[in-house]
Amino acid sequence: MKKRRNYNLILGLALTCAMVGLIVMGWLWTPFDPNAMDPASRLQSPSLTHLLGTDNFGRDIFSRVLQGAGATFLIGVAVVLIGGVCGVLIGGFCGYYGGWLDDLLMRSADIITAFPSILLALVIISLIGAGKYRIIIALGVLFIPSFSRLVRGEVARCKSQEYVANARLMGAKDLRVLFVHILPNTFPVLLSSLAIGFNNAVLAEASMSYLGIGVQPPDPSLGRMLSEAQTYFFSAPWYALSAGCAIVLLILGVGLIADGLGGRRRRDRA
Amino acid sequence: MLEVKDLSITFLDDGAKAVDSISFSMAPGERLGLVGESGSGKTVTALAIAGLLDRGRVRTEGQILFQGLDILSCKESELLKIRGKDVGMVFQEPMTSLDPLMRVGPQIEESLRVHSKLTARQRKALALQVMQHVDLPDPETTYRKYPHQMSGGQRQRAMIAAAFISRPKLLICDEPTTALDVTVQAQILNLLLRINEQSDVGLLFISHDLSVVRRLCQRVAVMYKGRIVETGPAEQVFSDPQHEYTQRLVAAIPSRGKGRRQ
Repeated sequence: MKKRRNYNLILGLALTCAMVGLIVMGWLWTPFDPNAMDPASRLQSPSLTHLLGTDNFGRDIFSRVLQGAGATFLIGVAVVLIGGVCGVLIGGFCGYYGGWLDDLLMRSADIITAFPSILLALVIISLIGAGKYRIIIALGVLFIPSFSRLVRGEVARCKSQEYVANARLMGAKDLRVLFVHILPNTFPVLLSSLAIGFNNAVLAEASMSYLGIGVQPPDPSLGRMLSEAQTYFFSAPWYALSAGCAIVLLILGVGLIADGLGGRRRRDRA
Repeated sequence: MLEVKDLSITFLDDGAKAVDSISFSMAPGERLGLVGESGSGKTVTALAIAGLLDRGRVRTEGQILFQGLDILSCKESELLKIRGKDVGMVFQEPMTSLDPLMRVGPQIEESLRVHSKLTARQRKALALQVMQHVDLPDPETTYRKYPHQMSGGQRQRAMIAAAFISRPKLLICDEPTTALDVTVQAQILNLLLRINEQSDVGLLFISHDLSVVRRLCQRVAVMYKGRIVETGPAEQVFSDPQHEYTQRLVAAIPSRGKGRRQ
């Protein structure tokens, strides 16, 4: 068996590490205060002082991209965490025990997925209000059904494996079988869908901030910056491009990881 | 020790009767072979005895008395008490019967974790001892290996170690050698024989391979289409088969030199 290099995974990891590095840097230090306005230097094109230029309030776009990407990244991770943990628990129990509760929860999941997610997010936001942390809750809840359905399917598949029968035969109780023997074996599949989920969360945050119900001004987020930039798209294209490219790079990195993990799994099985 | 009385098993989803009122019994330390073709109900019978049948999916009739406990009608909590402790099982496919994400050592200890109050160190010592007993090479290293790092024969040895570590009264072997090549097959059979002779564990050996059963078992029950058609001492069944199906089976055993002349 010859080991092929998994370029997707390597490239994705490198890109994501670079992005995370920049984000961490943005938390500790930015060249300018991202919220400091300077009317004297509005809409300047990129230069050595302002690497990515300035926006309509004279704020340094590079600093804002760093912090905005940080906010977006945090939201993405938190959303995936909420959706993933709840999804694993719900999907795990549904897949293992089945029965009417399984039917009920899975049909509810069907109903939730039937609506466009941005619409449902709007409904939740209108109930609990806008803001960075509320958006995490709204999106997190929306992500639960897809994860729980995935985990449920995987659990149902693993459940019929002989090593599970064997563990039961050894006298292992249900919870031990589920958490020690079954759920770890669903992680390869779960991992790549967590990465895809992260990407969807980033996009959802961007669109919700774009609509003005996500991260509130003056705090930067990539989606907000994109929506503010569209007015100046022709006079200051670097504004929209910086925010847009940051989103693309963030998603591309994680997307490549997801792809690399998926590819590795397929090869392992073959 | 084990007594199966008029056992019938019907699958609820398609109404198929997998096992049709079979009866047999086993004495402590006995080696009983259950032979028959695929689909004759051998494996379902084994799962029923191990208490692993999904009670929502099958209907059972009759009784399986294991040390006086009726496995078919007792509570799940009572089953948990005997599973792994008094009944062990070795599955056909050593590739899939070990958890791929768990090291082999802890898997061998699994039943001790549930049934004994031994400390982690005592469990490991016992596991290493059993691994030695089943001829796993270099137990200390093997203990830390993952299933995919081991050969099929080694995995089957690990399975036997896991099934045997709690010193069960009954070891159910469901085609334990089918997936292995012939030399490894012989080694595993010798191992099972040795374990049986050194302790009082009874072997319920399920196979479609008559020559293997003939070598290993004292008594044989032949299953055909969910029924036991013939039962008796191994030598007698094989040398003087009564039922027509058994006769055909025995005639199908390849033997040296006979094939060419015909």
